[in-house]
Amino acid sequence: MARFVMEFERPLVELEEKLADLKKIDLAAMPDLAAEITDLENEVERLRQTMYQALSPWEKVQVSRHPERPKTPDYLEQLFTDVVELRGDRAFGDDEAIVTALATLGDRRVMVIGHRKGRTTKENVKRNFGSPHPEGFRKAERAMRLAAKFRLPVVTFLDTAGAAPGLEDEERGQAWAIANCLATLSALPVPVVVVAIGEGGSGGALAIGFGDRLIMLENAYYSVISPEMCAVILYKDAARAAESAAALSLTAQDLLGLGIADEIVAEPLGGAHRDAEAVVAAAGERIAAALAELGGLDAAALVERRYERLRAIGEFVEATGT
Amino acid sequence: MPINDWFKQRETRRYTVTSGASSDGLPDGVWRRCPECKRTLYQGEVARTLSVCPHCGHHFELIARDRIEALADEGSFVEADAGVTSGDPLRFCAAKPYTESLEKARASSGLAEAVVTGRATIEGLPVAIGAMDFRFVGASMGSAVGEKVARLFELALAERRAVVLIIASGGARMQEGVLSLMQMAKTAAAAERFSAGGLPFVSILVHPTFGGVTASFAVLADVIFAEPGATVGFAGPRLVEQTIRRSLPKGFQSAESLVEHGMIDDVVPRGELRERVTTVLAYLMHRAPAAPAAFSEGEV
Ligand SMILES: [Zn+2]
Repeated sequence: MARFVMEFERPLVELEEKLADLKKIDLAAMPDLAAEITDLENEVERLRQTMYQALSPWEKVQVSRHPERPKTPDYLEQLFTDVVELRGDRAFGDDEAIVTALATLGDRRVMVIGHRKGRTTKENVKRNFGSPHPEGFRKAERAMRLAAKFRLPVVTFLDTAGAAPGLEDEERGQAWAIANCLATLSALPVPVVVVAIGEGGSGGALAIGFGDRLIMLENAYYSVISPEMCAVILYKDAARAAESAAALSLTAQDLLGLGIADEIVAEPLGGAHRDAEAVVAAAGERIAAALAELGGLDAAALVERRYERLRAIGEFVEATGT
Repeated sequence: MPINDWFKQRETRRYTVTSGASSDGLPDGVWRRCPECKRTLYQGEVARTLSVCPHCGHHFELIARDRIEALADEGSFVEADAGVTSGDPLRFCAAKPYTESLEKARASSGLAEAVVTGRATIEGLPVAIGAMDFRFVGASMGSAVGEKVARLFELALAERRAVVLIIASGGARMQEGVLSLMQMAKTAAAAERFSAGGLPFVSILVHPTFGGVTASFAVLADVIFAEPGATVGFAGPRLVEQTIRRSLPKGFQSAESLVEHGMIDDVVPRGELRERVTTVLAYLMHRAPAAPAAFSEGEV
């Protein structure tokens, strides 16, 4: 299978390919080659370590978009049992860019709401690459209300480049659909655990993207605007996305520093796709732990605590004497 | 999507205020040309009509304080949180430093922040009122705007006031990164909490209102009006155009089309806004209707 190569990985991949070619040669015929192979192996390992251990914000964004990265359906399949998908917004249609489902994590029954990117091109076309239409957000809001009514904790998975910006999306009230999710989510009388597993693009991510605990994967990002769009506005040049990504404070580490994210799930060197099963399992443990901790709070305390968490976000200056 | 640029162009086209010795030789600030009907208007005449062209009804941009003045009872407005202003939490510096944009905005607008908020009365009804000012970094929402809006909902709830917001915005303020994004959740949460208190929230959307402000507190109002000619949406028109790869239909995202699609209650000309808002608030705050005119003799 051809491996998907991220732009910044190319030098490493070229070396790895060269090494693989060398290893195909019969060593008995060329005894000098053994030392050369060892040298190259060391070089590849050194490069792998330095490259992946210090990913820049823009490189992390690329990792978060890696097509083989574990997606919401992978988490649903690996972590949850008795999954019953709930479909449709009861007004217009069923948007596959968001999945809502009754599901069981260990011995805990929950409501899962997640952006759903596809694993194949065909799936991605059906799911609009995980960018929801207003119906998707209305379905999510319906799931939130069900969770509130039947006292089911909510677990959300964030993985979207953003809400769909099409003509019909505007006409059917994209802004209204997102705003209503925000309002409903803010007052849910049940625990809300948010897991940022990949892309966290703007309002489309936020609509299901805040709660009582924010768990972020090491290479997930969460941003007010995509680095490319930001670069177009600031520099009139999408190619300067790396500079924008660095300026926007969008990495998991940035969010932890700002007090918005609560914890980070480590990924293997190179990204979650290198060992998807282990990453999904680790995230599952953190979700279960968060649900156990939050389970002790009553509804009023949860809502109050969530409100205070939101109210504390933001830094401004206040002149005294006014 | 250079949405800010798009609006800048649009602003220039729609809202040119003649200042300085302009090309048509009109003296500073006394005359202004209507971009719609191209007539030259005397500034004093325009001021008397709430900056609406008396010939064609074009709505000129209004600064935040004038918008509040136009709605509130005379002399009733008392500003709140006037000292709240943006810092530079991320030390944002791409292309140009954020602090530079802020200084420029403060100097040119005379405002501390993109939203002006406070207490007032409208026909005697107690309100918490706010207006956004597009001259201040495109009336974008950063931490300070989010804070002022959240506080406005909180004071209104505590003092049993209605909330009236006149909204324009380019969206979330990019220069405060993810902190700006989170202001959407913060303001929506404050609006939701206020709403649970059974008090009315009326929003008036003016040109232009987009992005993270539309998709948070702006459209969570109980009753939503827009000014004629206002453009309102989530994604900016240029991005939508790029997405669908064809040109946009006439009137797309206009206040008038929002009424057609069921997204807002009505398009209300500026001159009728105060009366309409008063009537709505009187209903929602259970104030007795004005005494009906007496029947004249012989009428059934
Ligand atoms: Zn005119």
